[in-house]
Amino acid sequence: MAVVTLSAVRKSFGSTEVVHGVDVSIADGEFCVLVGPSGCGKSTLLRMIAGLEEISGGEVRIGSRVVNNVAPKERDIAMVFQNYALYPHMTVYDNMAFSLKLAGVAAKELRARVDEAAQILGLTEYFQRYPRQLSGGQRQRVAMGRAIVRKPQVFLFDEPLSNLDAKLRVSMRTEIKALHQRLKTTSVYVTHDQIEAMTMADRIVVMNGGRVEQIGSPLELYDNPANLFVAGFIGSPAMNFLPGKVNGDGIGIGSNINLPNQARNEIEQGRDVLIGVRPEHLAVSDDGVPAEVVIVEPTGADTQIFCKLAGKDVTAVVRERHAFHPGEAVRLKPELTYLFDPASGARIA
Amino acid sequence: MILSRFFDNRNILGLSFMLPAAALLLIFLTYPLGLGTWLGFTDAKIGRGGDWIGLDNFEFLIGDSVARLSLFNTLFYTVVASVLKFILGLYLALLLNRHLPFKSFIRAIVLLPFIVPTALSAIAFWWIYDSQFSVVSWTLTKMGFIDRYIDFLGEPWLARLSVIAANIWRGVPFVAISLLAGLQTIPPSLYEAASIDGATPWQQFWNVTLPMLTPIIAVVMTFSVLFTFTDFQLIYVLTRGGPLNATHLMATLSFQRGIPGGALGEGAALATLMVPFLLAAILFSYFGLQRRAWQQGAADK
Amino acid sequence: MSDKPDTTGMEYLQSLPRRWVTVYAPLGVFLFVLLFPFYWMVMTSFKSNEELVSRAANPFWIVHPTLAHFEKLLFHTEYPQWLWNTILISVVSTFISLFAAVLAAYAIERLRFKGARQVGLSIFFAYLVPPSILFIPLALIVFKLGLFDTTWALILTYPTFLIPFCTWLLMGYFRTIPFELEECALIDGATRWQILVKIMLPLAVPGLISAGIFAFTLSWNEFIYALTFISSSENKTVPVGVITELVEGDVYHWGSLMAGALLGSLPVAILYSFFVEYYVSGMTGAVKE
Repeated sequence: MAVVTLSAVRKSFGSTEVVHGVDVSIADGEFCVLVGPSGCGKSTLLRMIAGLEEISGGEVRIGSRVVNNVAPKERDIAMVFQNYALYPHMTVYDNMAFSLKLAGVAAKELRARVDEAAQILGLTEYFQRYPRQLSGGQRQRVAMGRAIVRKPQVFLFDEPLSNLDAKLRVSMRTEIKALHQRLKTTSVYVTHDQIEAMTMADRIVVMNGGRVEQIGSPLELYDNPANLFVAGFIGSPAMNFLPGKVNGDGIGIGSNINLPNQARNEIEQGRDVLIGVRPEHLAVSDDGVPAEVVIVEPTGADTQIFCKLAGKDVTAVVRERHAFHPGEAVRLKPELTYLFDPASGARIA
Repeated sequence: MILSRFFDNRNILGLSFMLPAAALLLIFLTYPLGLGTWLGFTDAKIGRGGDWIGLDNFEFLIGDSVARLSLFNTLFYTVVASVLKFILGLYLALLLNRHLPFKSFIRAIVLLPFIVPTALSAIAFWWIYDSQFSVVSWTLTKMGFIDRYIDFLGEPWLARLSVIAANIWRGVPFVAISLLAGLQTIPPSLYEAASIDGATPWQQFWNVTLPMLTPIIAVVMTFSVLFTFTDFQLIYVLTRGGPLNATHLMATLSFQRGIPGGALGEGAALATLMVPFLLAAILFSYFGLQRRAWQQGAADK
Repeated sequence: MSDKPDTTGMEYLQSLPRRWVTVYAPLGVFLFVLLFPFYWMVMTSFKSNEELVSRAANPFWIVHPTLAHFEKLLFHTEYPQWLWNTILISVVSTFISLFAAVLAAYAIERLRFKGARQVGLSIFFAYLVPPSILFIPLALIVFKLGLFDTTWALILTYPTFLIPFCTWLLMGYFRTIPFELEECALIDGATRWQILVKIMLPLAVPGLISAGIFAFTLSWNEFIYALTFISSSENKTVPVGVITELVEGDVYHWGSLMAGALLGSLPVAILYSFFVEYYVSGMTGAVKE
């Protein structure tokens, strides 16, 4: 059980810097998710923690030990790869036992540990199968089993669910979360899917372009995004952004439409802002602002309405069922808004 | 109309497409193969046809000490050269698989000995092995290791080793580049996983690289054994089979008996005798290292 | 897909001095050994006869380079004729073989006629039959056809080992072209021949180049047939000519021999330097079956 600390960690490939000074502290037993779009550096960061990539600058500590130049096998970590990386010429049993065999663990204890891990993951009847004979989900479980038997200080997951189909992804998510609750090992999990991040994490690190945008618990990020990027990244469907100007008590968004200014602090008049409102915070209400329906998508549990508001595309998600037709006029009322500075992206209110 | 539909029938079209290749191969490969086998049972000579003499040629060859020596030479040559080509080729492939500057340029250079005509590069070796002017001897003398120039191609065992060295020089690039291609199909994440699991580089080689490389090794070495066993050019240029028939392979002896010697039947018989050994070598190296069960079907994605 | 832009991997864990010993030094030795004979060939070609036989001088350098050997080679021997012969034979047999191989590969891989699998396999086995077993009966056949001592003897016999290799290579290339393209064309009303010429061939150009270059090199490289079927000097190919005619009795004209070897290797080496990738993919494609 350990703490993972990254201090001012940087990574360059040749002359290109891809990770610019990242500081993250992961507590003992925490499930920390690194999330961000492709190319944001999250996998690189994970590989630096694992020791698979050289750390160009800064420090990585596991426990109290600086591990910058320590080989992966000495770091007491285990990793689950995106493509599982199972040894194709070994059976499931041998795949899981491999690391223990290399470490010279006694046969009886080896057997016991492999059995225990297989029990947890439901793999006992697959011991003699080869990876090519398994389904994607089963292979993923073997990859996790291989990590569990080592009883490491830290688990590292590199987008393990990306190669699975949608339904399987949902069930594996819950399984991984349950596993974490049972084993309580510190885990660092990389994904580009913000839903995975929101449902699984104790804390989320949102990354973009090699930098950390915000760190916090899922609900913290949802309720209090620090900037435009986090606000637009967390939450699905994504937050609506409308450019506007502070106009008296409201924000003018063009076509003489004013949205209420719910800022709790003072903002000067006439300032250009971006007003953000989540689709789920838009209600169909007679005292709302006028909009035109473009497409209605009922999912059964809720209704997604794509509208044009003051000439901009806006999405609203409402619980009730509405029989809107394309072109129909509707009134939308925002229940919660955020204000962002258009230039820096920082949240103002 | 009917003609074009006739030709659009898959089977007819397929067979007519095969015609050029089939014609050439049947006339100049299949027929000679049979003819060669038949010739071995005759006493044909250059200039006159042959009469059937049954197994006389084969009996003669089995009793002939030079023929038996050529069999030994061929087996020795093939085994030693192939084993060394495999070890050195695999080593070179592993070196080339690392992160290197100018990798494609280096790879291009490595393949050069294989591309250049064997007979011509053999001439270079001929000169390097010359008993009076060898640069190797010159260097060793100047460094004080020897005091007499080495008679590379004049002493039987030395000659055997010298031709094997030349063969290895020529063959290692083929083995190395082919194995390199095989190495590059192994996903790096397997090595990363093994490394995290605690494997040292040697353990990674033994537990990941070798098992995954085995099918390619089987194919590459089968070809290598085949070409080495039936080698002609190198020996002909360097030694013509000498000294004292020490480097005569079955192929070169077959040529010598058949063409300058004129005994076509005898030469053909000797060539035919190569076939069973050849088959054995091919079957051994291919099936001995054959694909394992886990290789069939979809590979681990 | 993970977002790795590039990776230098775990090389950083091994110190530079260690890497020099385990990687760079052995690689250097390999390269030296592999290249030395060529260096030697070049040196000897330009060295005068006196320097060649002198034991005192350092053999690794030339004091007075000379073109005498090349002059002798080009103007006092049949070398230019050999060069022409070899080029002619290699080019023509390559074309014949490619033509036959393309048709055969298409037939086996795409037309899938009855027995295609078996035919494909027998082509593979045809490649395994070495020339050193066939040369005696082939000599008889060549003689009976009246082709003995002509370039036609070689042009017709070389395809026996070129066709199997090229067919096999092209089968692999055709396999990578999606079948849907052909189905689309069939629906559009194209005949098989049109499909072959207008769709398959353009897409298989890399394969054709690889096969063609390899065939050319294998022809150029061939020795035993050329030695057996050709007797008169003006019909010989470069490898055979250089080996058999540049030794007068006991006297080895080393300078000319090396010059001949060097010039004889140049066409193939030049072709190679432009098409390295095609060579490698041809070779590894064949091995990967």
